[in-house]
Amino acid sequence: MTEHPKTEAPLSSPAESPEEAAATRRHFLQGMAATAFVAACSPLEREAFFQRHFKELNKDELARVLARLSQGYSERFHKQVTVSAEPAASGVLFGYALDLSRCIGCRRCVYACVEENNQSRDPQIHWITVLEMEKAGGVDVMHANAYYDADEVPRPGHFYMPVQCQQCEHPPCVKVCPVQATWQDADGIVVVDYNWCIGCRCCMSACPYGARHFNWGEPTIADAEVNPETHYLGNRPRPRGVVEKCTFCVQRVRNGRYPACVEVCPVGARKFGNLLDPTSEVRYVIENKRVFILKEELGTSPKFFYFYGV
Amino acid sequence: MHRLSVLVAFGLFVWVSACGGNHERAAYLRTAPGVAPSGAREDAADAKDFPVPPPPFSEGVFPCSQCHADMTPDLEVRDLGEHDGIELHHGPRDRWCFDCHNPDNRDMLRLASGRLVPFSESYRLCGQCHGDKYRDWRMGVHGKRSGEWNGKKQYLLCAHCHNPHAPRFKPLAPLPPPKRPDEIL
Amino acid sequence: MLFYKFFLGSLRIVTHGGKAYFAWLAFLFLIIGVGVLGYGEQLSHGLIRTHMRDQVSWAFYIGNFTFLVGVAAAAVVLVIPAYIYHWPPIKEIVVLGELLAVSAITMCLLFVTVDIGRPERFWHMIPFLGRWNVPSSLLAWDVLVLNLYYILNFVIATHIVYRGFTRREYSKSFALPLILFSVPLAVSIHTVTAFVYNGLPARPFWNSAILAPRFLASAFCSGPAIMLVMLQLLRKYARLDIKDEAIWKIAELMAYAMFLNLFLFGAEIFREYYSATEHLLFTEYLFVGIRGHNAIVPFAWLSLFCSIVAFLLFLVPATRKNPVTLNIGAFLIYAGVYIEKGIALVIPGFTPSTLGDIYEYGPSRVEVMVTIGIYGVGFLLFTLMVKVATAIMRGEFHVDVEASLRQPGISPIAGAAPGGS
Repeated sequence: MTEHPKTEAPLSSPAESPEEAAATRRHFLQGMAATAFVAACSPLEREAFFQRHFKELNKDELARVLARLSQGYSERFHKQVTVSAEPAASGVLFGYALDLSRCIGCRRCVYACVEENNQSRDPQIHWITVLEMEKAGGVDVMHANAYYDADEVPRPGHFYMPVQCQQCEHPPCVKVCPVQATWQDADGIVVVDYNWCIGCRCCMSACPYGARHFNWGEPTIADAEVNPETHYLGNRPRPRGVVEKCTFCVQRVRNGRYPACVEVCPVGARKFGNLLDPTSEVRYVIENKRVFILKEELGTSPKFFYFYGV
Repeated sequence: MHRLSVLVAFGLFVWVSACGGNHERAAYLRTAPGVAPSGAREDAADAKDFPVPPPPFSEGVFPCSQCHADMTPDLEVRDLGEHDGIELHHGPRDRWCFDCHNPDNRDMLRLASGRLVPFSESYRLCGQCHGDKYRDWRMGVHGKRSGEWNGKKQYLLCAHCHNPHAPRFKPLAPLPPPKRPDEIL
Repeated sequence: MLFYKFFLGSLRIVTHGGKAYFAWLAFLFLIIGVGVLGYGEQLSHGLIRTHMRDQVSWAFYIGNFTFLVGVAAAAVVLVIPAYIYHWPPIKEIVVLGELLAVSAITMCLLFVTVDIGRPERFWHMIPFLGRWNVPSSLLAWDVLVLNLYYILNFVIATHIVYRGFTRREYSKSFALPLILFSVPLAVSIHTVTAFVYNGLPARPFWNSAILAPRFLASAFCSGPAIMLVMLQLLRKYARLDIKDEAIWKIAELMAYAMFLNLFLFGAEIFREYYSATEHLLFTEYLFVGIRGHNAIVPFAWLSLFCSIVAFLLFLVPATRKNPVTLNIGAFLIYAGVYIEKGIALVIPGFTPSTLGDIYEYGPSRVEVMVTIGIYGVGFLLFTLMVKVATAIMRGEFHVDVEASLRQPGISPIAGAAPGGS
């Protein structure tokens, strides 16, 4: 159930032709079949349907789930895909700092994130949105432009502000989820159990940062472009109809590595580390630069700090 | 009736505090009170603390001594001939080659103190003027860092991002904008 | 056994009727078919077939859901005046109200079902079976109160109708507490639904303390508007004894409700425009458009126009008592509140998005098809239930309990006459 093979017809334009009408009928029948699947599906699919919440799985069950997912992805993408469930380390609380005086709005981070985290290429999903704002207007997201294009950036008179999940200490998205499909892990990362999410999108309404994204259609990634090193709560390929978000690259950072966006940034505007470690880069930023958090009036207490390194 | 309303009020309070409340900010900053991490690497002028890739020389240009060994240093501001690709846009107009390059041994750079440093440690030279940037860079806050957030890090030399002769960061072509919602079909 | 006969008899009633009745049923089945086709398409392609996107992530479905929660709530709140003023056809009004509520909640649940991305995982929301996120998630509460209300109304309506079938008065000790309980529950379903929006500081347009009162005020306009038309139809075609005074009283109450609705709206508008903060953008998008984006502006003004005209029609006794202007008023109220909840509430909440993006949403072909289909289901359900209920209330469909006890083999069902709604 969770990982349908992609339906063979391409996403068609709104215009209807006879062939499309026939395709619609075919899809309708497929849809009906999908609803009746519980009775008729394979044992593996039934197992996916009845899978418990991630936090309720014991060690053996989790191992089974990971093996099932790994097998499914490997068959689907024709290469070995691993799915880990590396837990949060103790004594670690992840924080992020982004230097607004450096960012030039080149969007390298956006696409590095897409590749690292297996976002759907079509329909397009980006976890990072880079906002272009006028220097004279200050940080004013309501008048920001995310669709700027130019031969070269930065454009005169403008500055740039990438926005992604702010990993709030008081995440409104977690509060509103009716089924606890999203929660804040011990290292502060807000994660989603894609196998538990019902796709009601309350969290998207609640998020003040536009950080949550929905799989409106069947997500697609070319086999060659799939990042095979995945995490259950992070970058494993998502099914249709669930919400996804930035996890600070949970699959990387829980193995000591920097998030992909940090490593790709050509101007070094992105800083990452452990907020509980006084010698970490983020702590240095907080104590030596003046930082601000986005929409502080909403009481979300982001662990994502903007600063002016100058 | 009164008791009931107290009960209702209490119930409301419990509910509201269960799902809202607790907006204490940034408790993690108190985990190590009084620590000023800015000093952590202040004195660590040991090059092994800053692993960097080889300096970004133009092809065939290094070692400089292969041409300069037998030349007499010329301090005049002039057309550079062999090096005419170099346009100097770095600070005041009277800046010239030997403010940084060493006239006697061109394969080294020279600090204001007269001490020589290799190109692979050019940050010491830049840091003479750009002290604040140097400090941030040592902490991993100025410039790009890769590797492990809690372990080995890969640094870059200043010159990897800033052409030392014209250090302003060059604009880049942005990658494509996201699709607008009505283009996602 | 008796209940089995009740069931069979009901089946006979709903399968017999005049040409108009079957034409109506055929029409309903047709639009249900349209909805099923639309939903089939949505199931096989995903919600990409709607025009919802990340920027406007709830829209027409949830707007309709919200509107219908109001209808369901208000239908039952009519019970209060019926009791206070001792209207003679109280039983009829209660039953109709409950049946309308049952139909409306059915549609609500259907709208939620078609809106979610993984409907087959609905069991994750069931307490103890899944992980029900109380107390913090308001949607979790909403699911609870909606289902409670659903069951309650179904039980009350079935009880009264079934008692009528067995020619007994409904049990006051059983039904009355339930009826009275259904009134605060009616208020709570709409309040909790308002809180689902209200509790999101990320969306300033909804984050106003008077949102829940506004929801209730508008619901007390739209729910009775439907009831008003229903009562007249039933009086005419189902020959139920419903007095003019009852209808006028409902209309008068609607005028008060509409006044409150407009007053609260005015208070909101004052705050937005006088303080003119950044949050004004959303109201501006609704009423004048921003940066050339004005797709929903006509709807906003149309809704306001309908509401004001209806208010005047219901306020003036002469137009309130004239059946033509009364029905025009009912229609205008219905239209005004439907546009307000279906379009003017949800969409400006998301436009501009939290990052300033403006996406002009309008429902897609599939969304319209599915929505029509769901209304078809609701109307069908209501038609069938009302047909049985009116037959019983007219005394045409009943069982003689003693007779059936004497001769258990013979079906004592009295004439399930054709005709009716």
